[in-house]
Amino acid sequence: MLLDSTLDSVEVAETEVLKAAQDIGFGEDELHQLGMAVRESMVNAVVHGNRYNARKKVHLSVTQDADRLTVVIADEGDGFELNELPDPLAEENLLRQSGRGLLLIRAFVDEFQVRRGEPTGTEVRMVKYLAKAS
Amino acid sequence: MSVKLSTRQVGDVTVIDAAGRITLGEAASSFRDEIRNLANKGEKKLLLNLSEVSYIDSSGIGEMVSSFTTVTNHGGQLKLLGLNKRVKDLLQITKLYTVFEVFDDEASAVRSFA
Repeated sequence: MLLDSTLDSVEVAETEVLKAAQDIGFGEDELHQLGMAVRESMVNAVVHGNRYNARKKVHLSVTQDADRLTVVIADEGDGFELNELPDPLAEENLLRQSGRGLLLIRAFVDEFQVRRGEPTGTEVRMVKYLAKAS
Repeated sequence: MSVKLSTRQVGDVTVIDAAGRITLGEAASSFRDEIRNLANKGEKKLLLNLSEVSYIDSSGIGEMVSSFTTVTNHGGQLKLLGLNKRVKDLLQITKLYTVFEVFDDEASAVRSFA
């Protein structure tokens, strides 16, 4: 699915992913977590990646398996180095206004990978397992 | 759905009742403007009641932190009341429990400003 670089696309992506997640039986709390991870990732793609550029798109892919949902969100921005981002949990960064999105995504999905897109951009892959045995 | 904000006085404490979702866009900015206006008017004891807030994203958290800094810089205090489990979880994940004073009941929160 190709989405415009607008905040409306954040809602569209969240709705699409939650529908797919409901189909395979995720519970209310898991849906909330998944929805939040998708929102944060979409905001990153639209605002920080594509910078609202109307010529750039956000690519959304949702894959249902019996035991998990996989969501891939890719932008067409300049990309970033994950290890160069400030740690939002460091004492000196606690009062920063921004920089917590990736922290929340990590907290709410079971697998999380960020890689540079080809030829540009950033691709975020998130997996949430259904009733994960833990 | 956006956030609705209203204020009331309990003694010398200004309680800000928030309801809805505090997310990127108009909701987060209206929230920030409301707290800044109160701080600029000289209100020093601010209690943010989030009991009717169903959802906060990282932008909303950012505005809460920014508001905390604004109020503190004006010599005041901003405390939180009535967080649901999901919002409490967010504060745990982001370590902001170490920044904000959080209360479950309004009377205790109001007394804490004395």
